[in-house]
Amino acid sequence: MTAVEKIAAWLLAILWVSPLLYAFWAAFHPPEFATTFEPLAPLTLANFEKAWGYAPFPRHFLNTVMLVTMILGAQLVLCTLAGFAFARFDFAGRDIAFALVLLQLMIMPEVLIVENYRTMARLGLVDTILGIGLPYMASAFGIFLLRQTFKTIPRELEEAARVEGCSWLGVLWRVYVPLARPTYLAYALVSVSYHWNNFLWPLVVTNSVNTRPLTVGLAIFGAPESGVDWSVISAGTLIAVAPLLVAFLLFQRQFMQSFMQAGIK
Amino acid sequence: MKHVYGWLLLTPAAILLVGFTHYPAVATLADSFFSAGTALRPSRFVGFDNYAALADDPVFWQVLKNNFWFALGTIPTSIALALLMALWVNARLPGRALVRLSYFTPTVLPMIAVANLWLYFYTPQIGLLDKVTGLFGVPSHNWLGNPDTVMGCVIAMTIWKEAGFFMIFYLAALQSLPPELEEAARIEGASRGYFFWRVTFPLLMPTTLFVLVNATINSFKLVDHLFILTKGGPDNASNLLLYYVYQVAFSYLDTAYAATLTVVLLTLLAAFAVLQFRMIERRVHYR
Repeated sequence: MTAVEKIAAWLLAILWVSPLLYAFWAAFHPPEFATTFEPLAPLTLANFEKAWGYAPFPRHFLNTVMLVTMILGAQLVLCTLAGFAFARFDFAGRDIAFALVLLQLMIMPEVLIVENYRTMARLGLVDTILGIGLPYMASAFGIFLLRQTFKTIPRELEEAARVEGCSWLGVLWRVYVPLARPTYLAYALVSVSYHWNNFLWPLVVTNSVNTRPLTVGLAIFGAPESGVDWSVISAGTLIAVAPLLVAFLLFQRQFMQSFMQAGIK
Repeated sequence: MKHVYGWLLLTPAAILLVGFTHYPAVATLADSFFSAGTALRPSRFVGFDNYAALADDPVFWQVLKNNFWFALGTIPTSIALALLMALWVNARLPGRALVRLSYFTPTVLPMIAVANLWLYFYTPQIGLLDKVTGLFGVPSHNWLGNPDTVMGCVIAMTIWKEAGFFMIFYLAALQSLPPELEEAARIEGASRGYFFWRVTFPLLMPTTLFVLVNATINSFKLVDHLFILTKGGPDNASNLLLYYVYQVAFSYLDTAYAATLTVVLLTLLAAFAVLQFRMIERRVHYR
């Protein structure tokens, strides 16, 4: 690698983090310094205080955490069962069923907002957290990922457990699930960051503070017509992304490896 | 027994998949042949009327064109950048972990937050972009308010958000390439450029195609930023198909027409799906 390339790589890196660094600058300084870079400008937390007061952040946080946990919990159970069925059972119609599952990789629930909204209205689930989560619970991506992982587990292990008198579900729980732990971790990280950040469907199906997740709250808060100044918007944005960003910075290696693993399969 | 067990295990996921993917897809198609029902006038079969309206709708053609330019503007650049990033981060580079972190960080941010941050760059006069161009004596410009520049602004932001994500796939692929290849090339005296174009790049072809398909799908379902930055404006200059679906369904409350637009979107996505299935089948052989 030449010196020029090294410098270019670094310049690009600086360019890439600068929007985020800039948000930090604006959020931690009084509004009058938002666009002027004076290294000795006074630091302040007032913007965070204001932002916290403008929007019901604790409620949005709670909603997002509930949403993300509920989706992940359901996904782990449903995708494990379905992935196991596809990996180890030679049932009639399996290949067609699998192709139908994979269809969801391209036609994701956010494309079908009109019809899914209607379904939620019929089920009485509009403006509920369950309503936001339900379309995502049977995740084709999760089923595919677990099927691929389960397929790599040697059959001998399963047969040994069967000889010991394990039921099918026992085999799944005692042999397959523990051996697929890295896949579960990778999938969990991808799923949590996806749903923490998801916006369109939650926007469509919610209409009150009690159910709106962070992204939707942030969109209302940051809309230009709300008249909130830039420093406060920066602070609010940082509040909203902080948990995920901190988690990412702490476990960045794990995060990137998870995305890689999920991508290779 | 295996048939029963197989289907039993599959049932919970299958119900939800059918309920929220297959049924709505079919129902959307059916709805596109009916008029939107109101309290006074129930919906009735109208044949291809909605499609005729679609063909006459200048906004529809505009958003389709916009989507095409959005895809063309974001995909090649972010893939090229992603590959470059991956090559750099995979090579010996001082502070490599930090550089990799910088490239990847935009990926974990929600698009809404990203749009909030970038909105300010594009603000006339006080925004960062105007400040920078102002240094060169360029007069202030309303970047997001001008139909000629708004798409470029949205594209630049999307590239920033996506390149680091695609980098990860290239990085994974690069790390799985056998190191002997590079050693052999070095012994043979091949230049780095030659090695890249003749060995690395062809070997990365499956990754490139995988990323390409994903990027294409993304360019049709990524509309979150429009809610913050432009609301599709000015004059639909930055509107995209899915955002238009949202507007028609939830602002103009014309669900029948929204269904018709969704059918177009589904057809496009299905076409990409077929493409991807073909690719998986053939496993993309390199020469």
